[in-house]
Amino acid sequence: MRIRWGVCGLVIVLAVVVLGACAKKKPPVARPVPPPPPMEEPVTPAKPPAPPEPTVEKPVAGAPMKEDSMASRSLDDLNRDSPLRPLFFGYDSAEVSAEGQKVLESNGELLKKYPSWVITIEGHCDERGTAEYNLALGERRAVAARTYLVSLGIAAERVKVVSYGKEFPFDPGKTEEAYARNRRGHFVITAK
Amino acid sequence: MARTHWLTALLVTAAGTAATLALQGPPQQAPPATPQKPQSEISLTITGDPGSLPRYAVPDFVPLTNDPETVAAARTIGQVLWDDFAFEREFSLIPRDTYQSIPAARSLTDVPFDRWRELGVDGLVVGTVEKTGKDFRVVTRLYQAATRQTAFGPKEYVGPAANPRLFAHTIADEIHQNQVALRGVARTKLAFATDRDGERVGDTVEERSVKEIYISDYDGANQRRVTTNRRLNITPSWSPDGRAIAYTSYRRGFPDIFISLIYQGTLENPTKGQGHNFLPVWSPDGTRLAFMSTRDGNPEIYVMNRDGSGIRRLTNHPENDVTPHWSPTGPQVEFTSNRSGPPQIYMVGVDGLGLQRVTSESYCDRPTWSPAPYNEIAYASRTGPGYDIKIIDMSSREIRQVTFGEGSNESPAYASNGRHLAFMSTRSGKQQVWTISRLGKDLRQITRAGNNVMPDWSK
Repeated sequence: MRIRWGVCGLVIVLAVVVLGACAKKKPPVARPVPPPPPMEEPVTPAKPPAPPEPTVEKPVAGAPMKEDSMASRSLDDLNRDSPLRPLFFGYDSAEVSAEGQKVLESNGELLKKYPSWVITIEGHCDERGTAEYNLALGERRAVAARTYLVSLGIAAERVKVVSYGKEFPFDPGKTEEAYARNRRGHFVITAK
Repeated sequence: MARTHWLTALLVTAAGTAATLALQGPPQQAPPATPQKPQSEISLTITGDPGSLPRYAVPDFVPLTNDPETVAAARTIGQVLWDDFAFEREFSLIPRDTYQSIPAARSLTDVPFDRWRELGVDGLVVGTVEKTGKDFRVVTRLYQAATRQTAFGPKEYVGPAANPRLFAHTIADEIHQNQVALRGVARTKLAFATDRDGERVGDTVEERSVKEIYISDYDGANQRRVTTNRRLNITPSWSPDGRAIAYTSYRRGFPDIFISLIYQGTLENPTKGQGHNFLPVWSPDGTRLAFMSTRDGNPEIYVMNRDGSGIRRLTNHPENDVTPHWSPTGPQVEFTSNRSGPPQIYMVGVDGLGLQRVTSESYCDRPTWSPAPYNEIAYASRTGPGYDIKIIDMSSREIRQVTFGEGSNESPAYASNGRHLAFMSTRSGKQQVWTISRLGKDLRQITRAGNNVMPDWSK
């Protein structure tokens, strides 16, 4: 059975990964965090965000981002070529996968490095669910991502959430790949 | 006779900015200008041949003045009235292109009855249109063609010339009431969310289309914009009195519930930004709203008074409870929940008691309980890659399918007499609003510009 309750899913995934044991529904707990990856290396998104529309300046794919440039860049520039990686979800799921945890951990490190940043996590869904139900699902995804970030020590007030359901797909295609790209927690820096 | 006033109100936008749109309410029903003929006071119901519907003809109305506006209005009223009758299927409508050989009536009484009889007409609607200043004066009469007796009217309507269709809608509703005791929906309206204006959300680096709330007549005419905040505005719900629309708006960057009073041009925000609030729906008496909120951590169903006071939580489950709708007599709220697996329809008392599961299918959403005399819930049900509209009879729990697999069909909303549903369909490519009878017939496309979703039908 698919576990949809984000926090519960998180706890279970952790339990399976870390303890190799079954887990029951528990209140959210701070995960024992592995040592943060060294931040000398700039974060290169494994899955770059959806290509922007033609009017938007294209980022150089895979180009490493210079950290020292972060401080001088405008919010729009930062978000256009975001150092915060999107988090992807399974179909009809708000469960943060093991891979998703890695994404959140790297995003969390960046947030620790730039403690003035305030972000919004947008919950997005693919088009296969209904528009109404997806408003709830998108909220769950954003909240699940936020909960994990907070468990990593990011102050809750720095992380806002918003659900856009399936209203703003990143990829208009009707393929599995497009759907997968649209099931995401999308990070937007709203203050720096 | 009770006099109802033309409501020539300004539809000011939710943002309170410009957009001045004149909307008309029901036409003033002035007393008949001519003395009532004795037979018009006799209640005469026109019947057809045994076992078949009465056959109606609705020719163009007769312009009494020769200006182009009046001539055009006379034609429009005849056509729209024909369409309104055809929509409810209480009469068998004789096609208008077969009327060409019949000379037009010269007045309400100078009618070539014998020619209409030859066409097999049982009921004949005759009307006149006259321009009086900025108004039209319309007089109509329903004849039994065989006997030349009057079944309805003569009745006079006076109202602004700007919207001749409204005369036809009013006459249609009154003749339906008079002849078959049907509460017609010709003067009802639809609300929906649309991206047709091609505007973009201003403060994101992604190219994102705004959605604004629009309204239209039930047949898709007179489409007008209600919101202008250039954000996401979705899930409109008509207040029972038809004067307000509640909806989910991201106008402040996060989802919250707003109410636009469309004739006053004012805006209310009952939830006041407390948490994230979605999917408002009105109670049948218009005093309360049910909605979904994540204010306590995860999506749950709540009810509140219209002014935002008295908020009460109806559901309490760690899974998603979403998409509420109020039962027609008020004691229950149906909603969608994934508490037992994929999303299904449930219902619960407004006291939070008596939770009951309604569907067991692969994926269901947007439950909408029909008005009386029907007792059924329409919903979107996954039938393949997309969805179809299905209806479950709440007495027998029998399920019937209304749409069949052309594109995806979602977000059903009943007309106030329960005989038709508006819904969103992708059958023509983009997302559009369509209407269909509850028996799955008489499909009509309502919108064509841009994408149009989440329709609601006024009471």
